[in-house]
Amino acid sequence: MELLDSISQSLQKGNTDEVATLTQRAVNDKVEPEKILDDGLIAGMAVVGERFKRHEIFLPDVLLAAKAMYAGIDILKPLFLETEMPTLGRVVIGTVQGDLHDIGKNLVGIMLKGSGFDVIDLGKDVSPEKFVDAAVERDAGVIGLSALLTTTRPVMKRVVELLKERELGDKIRVIIGGAPVSDEYAREIGADAYCFDGMKAVDQVKEYLGVK
Amino acid sequence: MKPTIIDRIKAGDVLLFDGAMGTMLFDAGLGLGECPEIMNLNRPEVIRQIAREYFEAGADILNTNTFGGSPMKLQQYGLDAKTVEINRAAVEAVKGVVGNSAYISGSVGPSGEILKPYGEAEPNLLLKGFRIQIEALVDTGVDLILIETMMDVNEAKIAIEAARGVSGDIPIAATMTFDHTPNGFFTVMGVNIEMAIRELPAAGADIIGANCGIGSEKMAAIAEEFRKITDIPLLVQPNAGLPEPDGDKFKYPENPDYMAERIGRMLDAGVNIVGGCCGTTPDHTRVFRSVINSRQ
Repeated sequence: MELLDSISQSLQKGNTDEVATLTQRAVNDKVEPEKILDDGLIAGMAVVGERFKRHEIFLPDVLLAAKAMYAGIDILKPLFLETEMPTLGRVVIGTVQGDLHDIGKNLVGIMLKGSGFDVIDLGKDVSPEKFVDAAVERDAGVIGLSALLTTTRPVMKRVVELLKERELGDKIRVIIGGAPVSDEYAREIGADAYCFDGMKAVDQVKEYLGVK
Repeated sequence: MKPTIIDRIKAGDVLLFDGAMGTMLFDAGLGLGECPEIMNLNRPEVIRQIAREYFEAGADILNTNTFGGSPMKLQQYGLDAKTVEINRAAVEAVKGVVGNSAYISGSVGPSGEILKPYGEAEPNLLLKGFRIQIEALVDTGVDLILIETMMDVNEAKIAIEAARGVSGDIPIAATMTFDHTPNGFFTVMGVNIEMAIRELPAAGADIIGANCGIGSEKMAAIAEEFRKITDIPLLVQPNAGLPEPDGDKFKYPENPDYMAERIGRMLDAGVNIVGGCCGTTPDHTRVFRSVINSRQ
């Protein structure tokens, strides 16, 4: 559909006003909100994510596209009140205790939201207990842990241990990211995966939550 | 009066910057989630010891422990009210060790915020914040302001503007952190080398270059790329590679001799100041010193 394609295009350009206008027009034209979300906003964000992965565009482009996406979602939200906004699944993310660096974590959050996941962002300096409690309470299938400081890596290990202690290891997956961690470190602490960047995190979460 | 860093560069000297601060602080017992800059007040003897080790290893320029010393960063620890005190103490600690026998560089790192329209940070607030930090550094007697590890060229320009506003003649160096992508070197915010060369000197930087993020092999390539386009004084500070897990800790893979070879390439390319970033130690500095000395 041409209108939805225009929404996707404007989103890719990071044009907030245009995305809002076109989303409103689609709503007025009685296009189903799910369709606007999936084939307009999320489709556009997927292109942005791919281009970011290929280094054709950079963080500022992604941030602008995300702002445009939120402008569209704000218009759609009230329409989902009765049914609840459809999501592909829920993910809890945060920067681990002792670490205040959150740009990488925020970017992962944007990419996940842009791909249609419900993201619960616990912010920075988050304790292992808080990660696990939030995932249980909100019924999240994946916990995403971010760190920049090498000293805070043991907190990641503690989250994995805590899930095991509470016998949640099979239910809740753990992905980790950030400069001081690696595939090797993920294996070492028993995390499910290391994600080099936001798009890798999206692919991984899709796999764990059974989204094709 | 001793010649300025700029005088030395004009005279054809190659200067040696020190190595990493953060990794040294952790070794000295910086705690989990603790503000590195508070050690300037709480444990100045540690800061002095680090300065002494790099000075004795042969560094010409010693960086202050103020990378996160802007009020924007200190605020994350609730310490922004102590900005001036923390920055002054950092300079005093180095001065106490080297007196007038080495240059002192006032480190200014990124604010940690993203400027509008991509993020929410107001340019004016960053300008004001950087100004408070830089004023404290300049007042206490640094010889250089080093605006480092920048990823957004606009934030770098704001910091440069702040430094120029504080002093019309303090030498200003501005370095950015480039990643190696299949399409060339770019910062996370999409700044390439050409853009850095065009924008940073125009904003008032006397010395430009690159630091952190990559090891010495790629940094040598960056130096060569910079020099192809510009004659402006260049500063590069590579990491000792990228951290690799080592039990519960981690280590940086590049040893001093490995890096020394590539430091040689950077000097061949016409870099004016070399030094080390994350993972480098006084042992690296000592070897870099001998590389420089063997050429003069």
